[in-house]
Amino acid sequence: MIDPVQFFTERFPLTVRDIETLLGAALSRGGEYADLYFEYSVTNSLGLEEQIIKQAGRAVEQGVGVRVLMGERTGFAYCEAITREAILQAALTAARIADSPREVGPIRIDPTQPSRDLYPVEWVVGQQPMANRIQMLQLVDQTARQADRRIREVQAGLTDEYKVVLIATSEGRLIGDVRPLARIRVSCIADEDGNLQSGVSGGGGRVGIDHFNDELLTRYAREAARQALVQLEAEEAPAGTMEVVLGPGWPGILLHEAVGHGLEADFNRKGTSAFSGLIGQRVASELCTVIDEGCLPHRRGSLNIDDEGNPASQTVLIDRGILRGYLQDHLSARLTGASLTGNGRRESYRHLPMPRMTNTYLLAGETPPEEIIRSVRRGIYAVQFGGGQVDITNGKFVFSASEAYLIEDGRITAPVKGATLIGDGPTALTRVKALGHDLALDEGVGICGKDGQSVPVGVGMPTLHLSEMTVGGTR
Amino acid sequence: MSHDVTRDWIASIVERACQSGATDAEVLAVSTREFSVEVRMGAIEKLQEASSFGLGLRVLLDGRQASCSTSDVSEAAIRELIANAVEMARSTSIDDAAILPEPDSTDSEEDSPLLSLFDPAIPQMETREKIQLALRAEDAARSSDSRITNSEGAACTTIERNVLLHTSRGLGGQYATTQCGLALAPIARDNQQMQVGYWSDRQCQLASLASPEEIGQEAARRAIRKLGARKIQTCSVPVIFDAEASASLLRDLFEAVNGAAIFRRASFLVGQLGEQVTSPLVTIIDDGRLPGAIGSRPFDGEGCRTRRTPVIEQGRLHHYLLNTYTGRKLQLPTTGNAVRSLTGPPVVGVGNFYLAPGTFAPTEIIASLDRGLYVTDLIGFGFNPVTGDYSRGAAGWWIERGEWIHPVEEVTIAGNLREMLRGVEQVGNDLRFRGKIAAPTLRLDRMSVSGT
Repeated sequence: MIDPVQFFTERFPLTVRDIETLLGAALSRGGEYADLYFEYSVTNSLGLEEQIIKQAGRAVEQGVGVRVLMGERTGFAYCEAITREAILQAALTAARIADSPREVGPIRIDPTQPSRDLYPVEWVVGQQPMANRIQMLQLVDQTARQADRRIREVQAGLTDEYKVVLIATSEGRLIGDVRPLARIRVSCIADEDGNLQSGVSGGGGRVGIDHFNDELLTRYAREAARQALVQLEAEEAPAGTMEVVLGPGWPGILLHEAVGHGLEADFNRKGTSAFSGLIGQRVASELCTVIDEGCLPHRRGSLNIDDEGNPASQTVLIDRGILRGYLQDHLSARLTGASLTGNGRRESYRHLPMPRMTNTYLLAGETPPEEIIRSVRRGIYAVQFGGGQVDITNGKFVFSASEAYLIEDGRITAPVKGATLIGDGPTALTRVKALGHDLALDEGVGICGKDGQSVPVGVGMPTLHLSEMTVGGTR
Repeated sequence: MSHDVTRDWIASIVERACQSGATDAEVLAVSTREFSVEVRMGAIEKLQEASSFGLGLRVLLDGRQASCSTSDVSEAAIRELIANAVEMARSTSIDDAAILPEPDSTDSEEDSPLLSLFDPAIPQMETREKIQLALRAEDAARSSDSRITNSEGAACTTIERNVLLHTSRGLGGQYATTQCGLALAPIARDNQQMQVGYWSDRQCQLASLASPEEIGQEAARRAIRKLGARKIQTCSVPVIFDAEASASLLRDLFEAVNGAAIFRRASFLVGQLGEQVTSPLVTIIDDGRLPGAIGSRPFDGEGCRTRRTPVIEQGRLHHYLLNTYTGRKLQLPTTGNAVRSLTGPPVVGVGNFYLAPGTFAPTEIIASLDRGLYVTDLIGFGFNPVTGDYSRGAAGWWIERGEWIHPVEEVTIAGNLREMLRGVEQVGNDLRFRGKIAAPTLRLDRMSVSGT
C-alpha cells in the first residue's frame, strides 16, 4: 500500500521538516490556524459510442492548497508545483489574511495513520490495463443492444481515479489517504417509429475497476435499456399535490435535497438556512431517522479521513423525527464550539473545504413495500431520478423523476413522463406515512455540487410513502 | 511557470508527438491568474489568490484518438505525457470522423485585439479596490431596505487567462482574456419567511461592469419581492419568464441544437433544419465575436475561426452548433463552436448565445397579462433534450389584469420546450449580457403550473 507521507516526500523535493517550516510561514502574519493540502491524482477515462472506442484519456493533477484562518476570515492560495519555493509563495500569500503581532513558535508535526482503511485497493502508478477496460465497455454495449431491437444508440463510459492526499495542520497533524474512485455510466436511446427516449444507468464506488464484474456490467446495461423502453410507453404525468411513493435506493436524493444541504453547518452558523435554530425540534415524522455516514466500506461518499484530516464518522441528523445535528467542518465547529463530524470536504487543492455530505440515508421501517403501494388510491410511484436542487434559505427543494408510474386503487399502472417533484425541506418529511423494510443504498454514481465544487456522495432510503407532495406534470 | 510557455514550445511538443507515432497532434496550454475576495456582513471573509497552468495533448493515429493532460511542465512529465497519449491512442478504435481541421483562408488571429477581450485595468486592480467593490455591493443591498437582515456574502472575482493552441495542421494562436465579476446574495426576512436574492455581473472590460450599487440593489429587490410568497392552485395559464429565467430556457435549448446531440439522435430537433420550429418572434444567434463579450474568442478549441451563427431566424431552424467532429458526422462544416478542456476530445459549446430582443418593455408585457404567472426563479434539472419535455421548480409573482397580486413559490411549471417556443407571444427589449447566455423577457401562451 502507498504511504502518503512517503509518496510525497519521495516523489517531490520536500521533507517533513520543510512542511513544518511552510506551516510556520503560513502563520507568519499571526494567523490562528493553517493547513496544507497536498494532492496527486491520476484519472483515466475511456468512452464507447457507435460500437467503437472513441476516446481514451488520462489526466494527472498535482498541487498544494494553503489555508490560513483568523477568526471568521480565511486566506487561501494554491500552486501546482510541489516544491518548497512554490509552496512558500502560496503560504505567504495566504498568510496575508491575518495581521496580528502574535508570534508563532516553531511548529512540529507528527505523521499519523487513519485508524482504518475503508477502501483498500492496490494501485501502481502508471498502471493501465487497457484491454480489460475495452472489453468491459464492449460487454455493456452488446448487452444493451441485445436487450431489444429498439435500442439504437448506446454510450458507455468508464472513469477511474486514484487520489493521494496529505494534510498537514498547524495543530501538529500530518495524515494522508489514498482514495480510489471508479464509475461506469451507460446511456441508451430507444427508437420506436421516431419516438425517441433515453435511459441512463451505472454504478461504482471507492473501488478499483476489477469491481465491475460481468454480472454488474450486464445489470447496468439492461437497466439503461429497460428505462429507455419504459419511457416509450409513458403518458403525460399528472399535475398537482398528491400521494407519492418513492422506491428504495437512489430516490434517497430526497434526503440529500430536502434536509441534507440545509443541515450543513456553514449555513446554520450564518443563520441563512431554513433549518437554522431548529435543533431539538420536530422536522420529520417519528418514523424518520436520517444519518450521514462517511465510514461505510467502498461507498462512493466514504472517506477514511475528511479533507481536513479528521476521521469520517456517523452523524445522526434526525432521530425519530427530531433534528439532532449539523454536518461540521473545522471552521464552523471552531466558531460555534461544536464537535467535529468529519464532513470537511473539498473538490481539489484549488478549492477550500466546506461542510459536505458523505453517504446520507434513512433507516428502514417495518412495512412491506407492497403494502405501501396497496394503501394508495391515487398517486405516483417514482423509482428513478435525475438531479435535484435546493434553495437553502427558503427550504424549497426539487428532484426530477426519470421513471415513475401512476398508482390507481392500490396498483401500479401506467408509466408517466419525467416530472419534477417540489417540496419544503423542514416540513416534507413530517408527511412520511410509512417506511418500507427494504433500505437500499444507491449504485454509486452521485455527484453533489455546492458553491461550484463537486464531490462524490451516496444516498440511500427504503420505500417511502409521503401523504402529499407537489408533482410537476402537465395533466 | 507561464513565462516558459510559448507557441514555439508547444509546437515542439506537437512535433515530438508526431515523431513518436502520432499522425496528428494538438496542444492546448492555459495559464490562469485568479483572485477572489468574499465579504459578509461588512467584513472580509475570504481572500483567495492563485496562478495555475495546465497543458493538454490530443493525438490522432489514423483516426484513433486519445488525450492526456498535466499541470507539470518538467521534461520528464512532458515525455510521459507524449508516451501515454500515443500508447492510449493505439488501443482506441478507428473513427473516420476524428480529424484535425485544416486551415482555411479566414483563419487568422490578427483581429484578436479587435475583440476587446483583455482589459489591462483588471490586472492592475489593487486588492483594496476589489474588497471595496464587494463591500459596496453588499452595503447597497443591506441599506436599501430594513428587511434585508442577513447575507450569504458578496464576492469580487478577477481572472486573467492566457490561451495557446497549436496543431500539426498549422492552426492555432494565442490570446489573452480578462474578467471581472461581482456577485452577492442578500437575505430578506419578515415574520414568516426568509428569502435570498442573488444577482451578479461579469464582464471582460471593467468599465462595462454594472456599478456595485446597481448590482447590490437589484439583489436586494429580488430577495424582498419574494417575501410573502405562497403556493397557488394547479392551473394552466400564460407564463412570463423574466430575462434571467429566459436565459435558462436558452441554456436548455442549447442542449437540443448541440451537434453532439443531433448526430446521436438525442434531440427533439433532429432532422428539422430549414423548418419552422418556434414562433416567428424568436431569433436565436450564437456569436463568438461580439466585442468585449465573455463568450468571445478569436478561434475555437480546435483553432477554427469563431463566427456569428444564426441558429433560429424568425422561427426557422438554420444551423446546429458544431465542431469539426460533429460537423463530419452530419456532413456539415464546423460552426467554430469547439470547446476543448485540457482532457478529452473537443466538445461543442456556445460563444455568446442569445435570443434577439423584441420591441416590448417588460412592464408592457406584464401589463398585458390578464391572469398568469411571472417567473423569476427556476430550480432543478427537469429538462429532457431527447423529447423536449420540461418540468422545473419555479418562483415568481401571480399577475391579474396586469397587476402584481402576490409572490409565488413551491410550484412547478411544465410543458414541452418545442411547444413552449412555438407559444412565444411577446419578446422583451431588455437583452443584456451578464455571461455567455442571455435572453430578454418572454411571454409564453400557456404552461401547466402545479401547486396545491
